[in-house]
Amino acid sequence: MWVYEKKLEYPVRVSGPNPRLAKTIITQYGGPDGELAASLRYLTQRYSMPLGQAKAVLTDIGTEELAHMEIVATLVYNLIRDASIQQIRAAGMDDYYADHDKALYFVNAAGAPWTATYIQSKGDPVTDLHEDMAAEQKARSTYEYLIQLSDDPLVTETLSFLREREVVHYQRFGEMLQLVYEWQGSRHIF
Amino acid sequence: MMPEQAQLLTQIMALEFTAVDLNLYLDTHPDDQRALMDYNSAAQELAMLKDQYQRRYGPLTNYGYAPSQYPWAWVNDPWPWEVSF
Repeated sequence: MWVYEKKLEYPVRVSGPNPRLAKTIITQYGGPDGELAASLRYLTQRYSMPLGQAKAVLTDIGTEELAHMEIVATLVYNLIRDASIQQIRAAGMDDYYADHDKALYFVNAAGAPWTATYIQSKGDPVTDLHEDMAAEQKARSTYEYLIQLSDDPLVTETLSFLREREVVHYQRFGEMLQLVYEWQGSRHIF
Repeated sequence: MMPEQAQLLTQIMALEFTAVDLNLYLDTHPDDQRALMDYNSAAQELAMLKDQYQRRYGPLTNYGYAPSQYPWAWVNDPWPWEVSF
């Protein structure tokens, strides 16, 4: 089961209102390679994993991704919190505002809603771990594009932290894949 | 949030992040004795810092993981996305 800890994993800071930047960063909240997709993918794949280590890796990384989702939400929340209607309109965020005011919703940068089609849970541990490694690379790339787009150095610091975590997660999934291969090699499948 | 509270919270956040990273590493390297010792040290220090923090500023966890002052302090502001660092 889950327990919530009332603190962020990383201290988030923003320099000021920036709805234009928020509109792009929200893709790591509700987009195809974002933290919701990552956490649900890993947390649902874990049920059919054959090894305790794999169940642990997927549970633990899936849980950390929920913490990252919270960080992304915090960034978006703080970037739009003090924005005026004029700033929101100038940023092209008026469409979003019409449906959500300044609330957080699961969409990508273009406004497309989150869908379960962003994830797969295939059952075969080799297949699932390959998907997970690809997911971490897609997330890393997305953070790199957001860092390019960012005109706020404080926001960039948080994006860099999140990018670095994707690199580490990729490493762990790669290690787990090797362990699965070794286990499959040592089993006698008739 | 007052600076002393923010400072202690930042210390806890940094140490817990170390524990999270060690946790993930141990999942794929369960035989790394040194890493396990580091993890247990971090866990021990975290428990101490959190106890200090929670006595002064209220619970960081609910569902029975930590006690609360009266009146029920879990509901208090600020919530994590509202904290300025």
